[in-house]
Amino acid sequence: MKLGSRKNTIVTASTLDNAFKRRSFLVAAGMGGIATLLAARMGYIAIAENERYELESESNRVNLSLIPPRRGWILDRNGAPLASNRADFRVDVIPDQLADVSGTLGALGRILRLDEAAMADVTKRVEEAAGFQPVEVASGLDYEDFAAVSVRLPDLPGVVPQRGFSRHYPTGPAVGHLIGYVGPANAEEYEEEGNPLLITPGFKIGKDALERQFEQELRGVPGARRVEVTASGRIVQELETREDVQGDPVRLTIDGPLQDYAARRIGLESGSCVVMDCENGDILCMSSMPSFDPNSFSQGIGRVEYAMLRDDDRVPLRNKVLKGLYPPGSTVKPMHCMAFLEAGIDPNRTITCGGGVRIGNRFFNCWGNHGQVDMAKGIYQSCDSYFYRMALEVGFDKVADFAKSIGMGKQFDLPVISQFYGTVPSPAWLEEKYDRKWQAYDTANASIGQGYYLANPLQLAVMTARLATGRHLYPRLTRSNKSTGAEQIDFPEEHVAYVRQAMSDVVNGPGTAGRGRLPFDDILMAGKTGTAQVVSLSKSDGKSGPWKYRDHGLFVFFAPFDKPKYAGAVVIEHGGGSGAAYPIARDVMTFMFDPQKGMDALRTLEEQWGGTAQERLTRKYIAYATAAGEAVPPAPSRDEEIFDLVEAEARVAARQSEAIADTVITPRDEANPSSDAPPPDSVVAPGMAAAPQAAAPDAPSPATAGMPRAQ
Amino acid sequence: MSVIPAPVARQPWSMLFPLFILIGFGGLVLYSAAGGSLDPYAGSHLIRFGVFLVMAIILALFPPDLAKLAAYPIYVVLLILLVIVEAIGFVGGGSQRWLNLGFMQLQPSELMKPALVLVLARFYSDLPVGMIGSWRALVPAGILIGLPIMLVLAQPDLGTSLAIAFGGGVVMFLAGLPLRWFLMGGAAAAVIAPLAFFFGLQPYQQRRVFTFLDPENDPLGDGYHITQSKIAIGSGGFSGKGFNEGTQSHLHYLPEPHTDFIFATMAEEWGFVGGVVVIGCFALILYWALSVARNSNDRFGKLLAAGMAATIFFYVAINLMMVMGLAPVVGIPLPFMSHGGSSMMTNMICIGTLMMVYRWNRLQGRKGMLG
Repeated sequence: MKLGSRKNTIVTASTLDNAFKRRSFLVAAGMGGIATLLAARMGYIAIAENERYELESESNRVNLSLIPPRRGWILDRNGAPLASNRADFRVDVIPDQLADVSGTLGALGRILRLDEAAMADVTKRVEEAAGFQPVEVASGLDYEDFAAVSVRLPDLPGVVPQRGFSRHYPTGPAVGHLIGYVGPANAEEYEEEGNPLLITPGFKIGKDALERQFEQELRGVPGARRVEVTASGRIVQELETREDVQGDPVRLTIDGPLQDYAARRIGLESGSCVVMDCENGDILCMSSMPSFDPNSFSQGIGRVEYAMLRDDDRVPLRNKVLKGLYPPGSTVKPMHCMAFLEAGIDPNRTITCGGGVRIGNRFFNCWGNHGQVDMAKGIYQSCDSYFYRMALEVGFDKVADFAKSIGMGKQFDLPVISQFYGTVPSPAWLEEKYDRKWQAYDTANASIGQGYYLANPLQLAVMTARLATGRHLYPRLTRSNKSTGAEQIDFPEEHVAYVRQAMSDVVNGPGTAGRGRLPFDDILMAGKTGTAQVVSLSKSDGKSGPWKYRDHGLFVFFAPFDKPKYAGAVVIEHGGGSGAAYPIARDVMTFMFDPQKGMDALRTLEEQWGGTAQERLTRKYIAYATAAGEAVPPAPSRDEEIFDLVEAEARVAARQSEAIADTVITPRDEANPSSDAPPPDSVVAPGMAAAPQAAAPDAPSPATAGMPRAQ
Repeated sequence: MSVIPAPVARQPWSMLFPLFILIGFGGLVLYSAAGGSLDPYAGSHLIRFGVFLVMAIILALFPPDLAKLAAYPIYVVLLILLVIVEAIGFVGGGSQRWLNLGFMQLQPSELMKPALVLVLARFYSDLPVGMIGSWRALVPAGILIGLPIMLVLAQPDLGTSLAIAFGGGVVMFLAGLPLRWFLMGGAAAAVIAPLAFFFGLQPYQQRRVFTFLDPENDPLGDGYHITQSKIAIGSGGFSGKGFNEGTQSHLHYLPEPHTDFIFATMAEEWGFVGGVVVIGCFALILYWALSVARNSNDRFGKLLAAGMAATIFFYVAINLMMVMGLAPVVGIPLPFMSHGGSSMMTNMICIGTLMMVYRWNRLQGRKGMLG
């Protein structure tokens, strides 16, 4: 048979049979080859690379998870917690493991009943997260919610319900600025430290103030849990657990109840209160209000919260104790007197105040007409004329040096993130800063604490403590630091006694703060009022009109006057005068000596104000959230941005009085019983704090420039 | 006379022994894959094997004439079923591979693998010897292979269509078609393959191929299967983690631990030793199958047996290459070990057919001896 092909090959059944034999042999050889290849491949994977794959199998199987350490407590001087931990339940998501981001978050939102603003915040956090980094959806959950999420886990990949601890601040807003708050570490913080603990779900680091400052002490040592997990993340069994070690407590010098009391007593005002222990410089309270509730920041600052705090022109995010700078006004007068005494001025020497004094060819106004004025009357009646005259005589150079030695313009060695140090103006400073010669009116302005003079409330408190004790006390915030300065004597006994008596007369004698008298027969508080003018007389009379233009009210104090135990300062921003400040100091001191009496006074006030600071904040938040709805823009994702903004704004605010520093100040009334201004209407409405006042006629002051106002 | 009765002694024990080992071993692995339970895999695996073994023994009793007679009708029926499946899938708005017969789900494409070998063996045994180098040897066979492949590809099921093509190709090769056609065909495939890859494959199939080339690139997606399978095999080491101790399978890191990736499940617990046993058993079975083909005096029997061997081989080779990261994930189970009725049925049909040819050889041999 012919195939008919070119090759002319004869094909027979036997050639085909042979072909089959050859080819089937070829096929068999191919099969054998592949079998050998497979066996070799298997040997390579299972034996040669066994170690590597065993490791990978183990890392599949075993999940090592860090247990966030319980954070150390922050305690007050008596050991009561200002920041503690509360066991609770939490739900996190790991963005990388979310199959359907919006679907899963939506489901979680429904289960946990999150409102829209909260959902928007969570969504934003998830979008911005590094992916591998867990994002907290909600914390502080009760067991029912926790269980509701747990049972749905198979449908919710990437969702991690946890039990853990959340930071708890029992007094909430009262310690917001002092202690700060905690939050999840951001990507930068993680990169900087490279510690996997930072991205462990539920782990929070200190974000501000003491929480941040004492991060390493408070942090503790994480525990670890080795668990066997399935591919979907379900835990099969626990293999090994190492307990965490709680962080060390940090014990402050703060008196917790006092801190809370002072914060609450500030009430509707925007201001701060510092109290120091005159024996060792311990800071007993540094309250700044209005404030934020650090409890609600533990998931990061929510958008509604942030918007509300930002819109508030009373700047709740600013710690006014450290970052509020104010012209100290007349509160520096006792200190200036001490400087005069040092310079050899006889305290009994009198000058004549005729509603002011003529110096050279200019007339400088006093706030009143005080007649014959010696040093003591200069203090208790706050006679400006006396200070103009004496400062000119001594020379402000000397006064400024003295002010610096007593702590003005100084930063203190405290565990705080930042503190503003203010200004003590002097000819050399002015020359350098503004390239201008020091004029007589600069001395006059500075001598009554105006002009370029700026101080923060802590400096005022330190100044007062040093004046009252004559010792070079340094403020101290933590118990672990040694208190210093108590043995260093600054001023002679008789000078101190003289100033103490004069300051006592401010309150208990014929002075400017008659209503500041403590409700005790045997304990007398000494103090000094101050009214700091922030805009020119043509803009506002300082008591009415737009809130921002009103005078700051200041009061420095110590008690008991003859054997000072406590010293402090109260500054009420735009309080309309010292009348807004000294009643707070009075109640705070009352509380120190008799808590019950102090609380009674506060309760009456809080009834008028509508609840405690925390209650009001909560209500305000709800009202704001309802009014603003979803239109709230998101908060900056990095807390640092918020801090920078707050700091920048604080610096701008501190320069408010600079605009009038170049002109002769017309001093304002010092508050006294007869001219005590009614407390200004300071109900804060979001975004419209000054609106009610704006409607009032912005009448020019009845007192014309150059004429002191009638008392 | 030996003590073993003749009907038992004449069974092809050199194939049945390794087969029982594989089945039993498969049962053990399935027992472990179910978390240490006969349910739901191991029990039904053994029962199915029993049922299909009976089927194979019955099949082995068919005489050559009946097998030849049935070849074309079976092929046509399956082709029609494939069209019906396609039509149902089209009407139902999705791809469908099976027909629900009530008591079982029938995959015509599975049955097509042995059926195509059968029909090609019939075709070439009928073809006059002299025509083997002409177009009449190639074109009808090409159509016989091409039709089912097109229908299966349309499902789309790349793995099965490749299996059909492989079985058909081996039969054609062994039938003695000129070698240069295969070389030309290979060259043509080298040209067409890239085109087919980019225009013929679904995106998910293309992705699988890319992933196969670089599995670590996509550790959570398609590469996950290959990576986890290699981890399972690699972590087994020389002697494995021990029965019921496999973590990759028990903790669900290994996908499909009871079907496509059963070899990885096995290797994790039994190690390299288990792997060599499995590969060795398959080698013995296939060696026996090819020797059945070579011992056949009849062209039909030769081609039929060799084609069945090739079909089984394709399953084994592609599955093992896939689990070891040498081939893309195509979804082909491992014969006799993977849980699954369709593949068990196909492979037992192959075994039954081989036993049939073995029996023909025996009878023929006896006849030859007698004659």
